[in-house]
Amino acid sequence: MAERRLSALHVGETQEEGGALLTRVDAIINWARKNSIWPLPLGLSCCGIEFMATAASRFDMARFGAEVARFSPKQADLMLVAGTLTYKMGEACRRLYDQMAEPKWVISMGACASSGGMFRSYPVMQGIDHLIPVDYYIPGCPPRPEMVLNALIHLQQNICAERAHRGLEITKMLTAGKTE
Amino acid sequence: MTDLTDKATAEERPSVAVSAAMKVLRERWGDVIELAEENRGQWRVELSSRDPLVDIVRHLKETADLQFDFLVDVTALDHYGEEPRFRAVYVLRSMKLSEDLVLKVKVPEQAESGGTWAPSLTPLFRSANWLEREVYDMFGIEFRGHPDLRRIMMPEIFEGHPLRKDFPMEGTMTDHEWAEWIIARAQRVEESEAAGGTD
Repeated sequence: MAERRLSALHVGETQEEGGALLTRVDAIINWARKNSIWPLPLGLSCCGIEFMATAASRFDMARFGAEVARFSPKQADLMLVAGTLTYKMGEACRRLYDQMAEPKWVISMGACASSGGMFRSYPVMQGIDHLIPVDYYIPGCPPRPEMVLNALIHLQQNICAERAHRGLEITKMLTAGKTE
Repeated sequence: MTDLTDKATAEERPSVAVSAAMKVLRERWGDVIELAEENRGQWRVELSSRDPLVDIVRHLKETADLQFDFLVDVTALDHYGEEPRFRAVYVLRSMKLSEDLVLKVKVPEQAESGGTWAPSLTPLFRSANWLEREVYDMFGIEFRGHPDLRRIMMPEIFEGHPLRKDFPMEGTMTDHEWAEWIIARAQRVEESEAAGGTD
């Protein structure tokens, strides 16, 4: 799917064509978004360590454009909840999600974030999807870095399928021009 | 490797402070000492009454020969099915003499037995503040004289005291109820911050 969408990109080959770039708005926006997913890691337990391994040189999340871990929600696109979410931490988690700018995605990393894991106990939320919407769940306790990368790749494919141009100012301008 | 069963280890260490403390305790508060046992130079003293605890600890802390000036921990035990049900446990240390002393008081559950409370050591040790809040949160023991007794670990709407033996492991509220509360609270905080207030 990714290749088909990207084939909509055509770069002008000669100077006579003015170096023009012909594409669809969706394709170019999604292409940019999917290759610059800046994650906000919410490392709540051992999954956080595994996320660090994913970001480090051996697995190298930079290959997918996602190496720029941001610790301010305002600069992040992807919330990566890595670990056990307690009710007390829930407020911080929810506020961080609320403060992220659209478009935003969430990966629930590991058994605890996805379902509470082995902690069927009084302080632990049984899955972060009670609190925030989740795009991808990664099983494992903790998941290996390959699985985090796999989720990231799946997320990239999903982003490609999004109707990115809806609601954008440029779309409004272009369609306004068309109707005139 | 230290052999913990080796009695010589304990005998080599002269527990001057503890034996002096025990002497004082037996002389002045002998009638409230229900049980005093020694284990490798460390004494555990169980009191039959809660009332003299603050006086005892003040004496242990302020007497120049003893100087039990460090409150290591405040914790509790739940002897579920017995009455008095709880024990409040205070661990003291003399930094000068390198000795520990454990004091326990009985805390009943029923109101007719006196109520679930224990004396607060906050007038003597500032460190008792959070330690006692933790015991209050986990066991529901009310510390009388505490300046700010509220939950420290669980959220404020949490029901019950989780380290009690009869507390259900999975808690009493559903995730849906928690999520509603958390989302409403997050919204309130965001709004108050947007309005320039601090939470």
